Amino acid sequence: MDPMAAIRETFFQECEEQLAELEAGLILMESGAAEAETVNAVFRAVHSIKGGAGIFALDALVRFAHVFETALDQVRSGTLATGPGVMNLLLRAADVLADLVRAARDNGVVDETRTAALVVEFTQISNLGHELPPAPKSQPTVCAPVPTWHISFTPTPALYAKANETALLLRELRRLGPIEAVVDTTHLPELSEMDPEGAYLTWNITLEADCAEQAIRNVFEFVEDDCDLEITAAPPAEPSLKPGDIITGDNGFSFEFFPPPVFDEEEPPAVPEPEHHAPPPSPVVRQSPVEAMAAKAESAAAVSATIRVDLDRVDRMIDLVGELVINEATLSQRVLEAGIARASGVAMALEELEHLTREIQDSVMAIRAQPVRSVFQRMPRLVREVAAQTGKQARLVTEGESTEVDKTVIERIADPLTHMIRNAIDHGLESPEKRLAAGKPAEGLVRLTALHRSGRIVLEVSDDGAGINRARVKEKALENGLISPDATLTDDEIDNLIFLPGFSTASTVSDISGRGVGMDVVRQSVAALGGRIAISSRPGHGSSFTLSLPLTLAVLDGMVISARGHTLIIPLGAIVETLKPKAADVFPLDGEINVIRLRGGYVPMVDVAASLGYSDEFVELDQSVALLVEGEGGVRAVLLADAIHGQRQVVIKSLEANYRAVPGIAAATVMGDGRVALILDVDVVVKTTRSELNRPEPSVLEAH
Amino acid sequence: MGQSTNSDANIRELIAFRVGRQEFCINIMAVHEIRGWTAATALPRSPHYVRGVINLRGAVLPIVELAARLGLPSNEPSARSVIIVVQIAHQQIGLLVDAVSDILTASDANIQPTPDVSSDLVKTFVMGLLPVDGRMISLISLDHVLPQGEMEAA
Repeated sequence: MDPMAAIRETFFQECEEQLAELEAGLILMESGAAEAETVNAVFRAVHSIKGGAGIFALDALVRFAHVFETALDQVRSGTLATGPGVMNLLLRAADVLADLVRAARDNGVVDETRTAALVVEFTQISNLGHELPPAPKSQPTVCAPVPTWHISFTPTPALYAKANETALLLRELRRLGPIEAVVDTTHLPELSEMDPEGAYLTWNITLEADCAEQAIRNVFEFVEDDCDLEITAAPPAEPSLKPGDIITGDNGFSFEFFPPPVFDEEEPPAVPEPEHHAPPPSPVVRQSPVEAMAAKAESAAAVSATIRVDLDRVDRMIDLVGELVINEATLSQRVLEAGIARASGVAMALEELEHLTREIQDSVMAIRAQPVRSVFQRMPRLVREVAAQTGKQARLVTEGESTEVDKTVIERIADPLTHMIRNAIDHGLESPEKRLAAGKPAEGLVRLTALHRSGRIVLEVSDDGAGINRARVKEKALENGLISPDATLTDDEIDNLIFLPGFSTASTVSDISGRGVGMDVVRQSVAALGGRIAISSRPGHGSSFTLSLPLTLAVLDGMVISARGHTLIIPLGAIVETLKPKAADVFPLDGEINVIRLRGGYVPMVDVAASLGYSDEFVELDQSVALLVEGEGGVRAVLLADAIHGQRQVVIKSLEANYRAVPGIAAATVMGDGRVALILDVDVVVKTTRSELNRPEPSVLEAH
Repeated sequence: MGQSTNSDANIRELIAFRVGRQEFCINIMAVHEIRGWTAATALPRSPHYVRGVINLRGAVLPIVELAARLGLPSNEPSARSVIIVVQIAHQQIGLLVDAVSDILTASDANIQPTPDVSSDLVKTFVMGLLPVDGRMISLISLDHVLPQGEMEAA
């Protein structure tokens, strides 16, 4: 990849982060919990996007970001109140900004009219923000007089040492208006006396731009500590004018007339603002305002130090650490075998090593763990859009955004969550009229929560809508031939009908514009992650969907068992309980399948070794242990094995990478002795009681 | 082994190994490493020639017993058996053979065509025959060592 493309990619990555920060900040502002720093962060996010976009000459993006930034600056300075109307506009602007960024990245197109409409709204709102009398309101338009600024810019050697470039700053400055730059070389020494790394030049720049001084300062924001910067408004062309005069079309018209100096580009110069809290009048501002400095310092403190690392590198490291753990275990075993006493120095040192390697493993795993915030942050926009599409009012409340989970899991929960939230609004929430009639607030509530529960992450999407219309669900299931007309179903069973394939109208996960996205697709993608989905619904009070997912896809908690000399791992999540079977509780159901009586019910039994084809003979009951497991969809079975060797965390290794998928085996792992052990696919093994997978005579099953 | 033979496309280095009483060879560029035999973990419902999987520095490596794959009488692997780790397309597999015997340099001219016999195994695997010091070494193709996509009936 050429370096420019790489930089461009980094820019867009950063844009995504800035957009996330922007959205988060705006939502905080909307909820009224915003502090001054939040507003600053929001402003910085837009400003950074604008700055970066300028470098890549993404003009549409720069233009919009500029308008957006201007409005935010007004919010920041307190001249624009953040009422619901303004907040709504800012949120929509954030959406448009995100669209523009993505369009720029993918060379796509954006809805120009939407952008233009927002720009108009911004213009109106920024004028309203000032609560101006009608006459001056018309003043600050494009045909207003263009003030002239004199900028004296003297870089220090440090500026160049930090790889800044005067030409780029000048180019950036040119975006504000026409500039005329003159280099002052009077301080340039003789060549023989010149320090090659020194800085001797001063630029005197004349800028014609209807902008605030702060806007000019922003151009130099990143270098302001490394240069002498003087910004002065040009002296008035007609000094005879009195303050308060309204003049149009005069180039010399300037802030000189109307102190205090204006820090806000939308502010009409003709009317001094009584409520404007500008610093004391001073046409020449040698240093940036104190509060700007303070904000900068705060921002430095708020930004946590992070580095960007290729995911492959992290994965490689996780692999290697997994190897280290195995090697360490092998070494310990060898040392014990060699007859070295546990209390000896070698054994003690090994024990230290073991602690250390475990700690390294945990730390490396933690690198991949990320808060679910990044996914949650995409949802408010979704809610706004779906609500607008469906004509409903919806509010999203999120909880537990800082819950951490492996990055691969995060990437793959976004789609199911999107569909669930879409469904919650589209099918869950009622129209405002119906809600009011039912005595609920017109605005529906969608709640998205995340929490850790017993080694898994649990995500819940709930709404306070009408709940599942069971009569309609049943009717539709009948229509689609999913159930027979005389079936009697419990409420739970009816609720779970929506997960059946063929129940909904749309079929693919990518179909985001369609309505009624198939919940079976959601369930499938959740199951592919080793997760489960459950639903509960109360008529009139809403429904909630609960997703339970493993924290990582790389490590699995498993029970080590042996079956006919083969070591196998059973995922702990699938195990309900272990039991010691009694012959008196076991009954033959047919020639092949035995069932065991368990708390009044009968559960089919599966001999693990036999189901995998390791052995034709069934294990003797009194020599075996039994594990009650639950597969997909709550199907239960009792697995018979020779022995249980305890619980263990294993690193999942793919079989497909070098071989192919093996029915009944989910993956492999490497044990402490360096040998490969297979991880049982409980779903498939449980199904052997229901399908012909391992049974030559399917007719027997018909009897079952 | 390091000398590349790229300069002359017709010259290639081959690694020869023994399976039972026969000798075979494969292109040395496909070989990653050669290791001693370690016990493999059996895979359920695998073809008879797949001995199982072993741990190759954290990766799961399937072991194909070449004798069984080529339809030769198979022996239980001994401590002197050898696993040749080879790259086939994007997968790595281990070939279980009795011993590595030689490294050969051969040009296309040295390689004799396989006689047209009606053996599917020969047609699938043997690409040519190489006479070396009165021995006959079969040059085999690795493309079909692992079952491709096809699932053996359970």
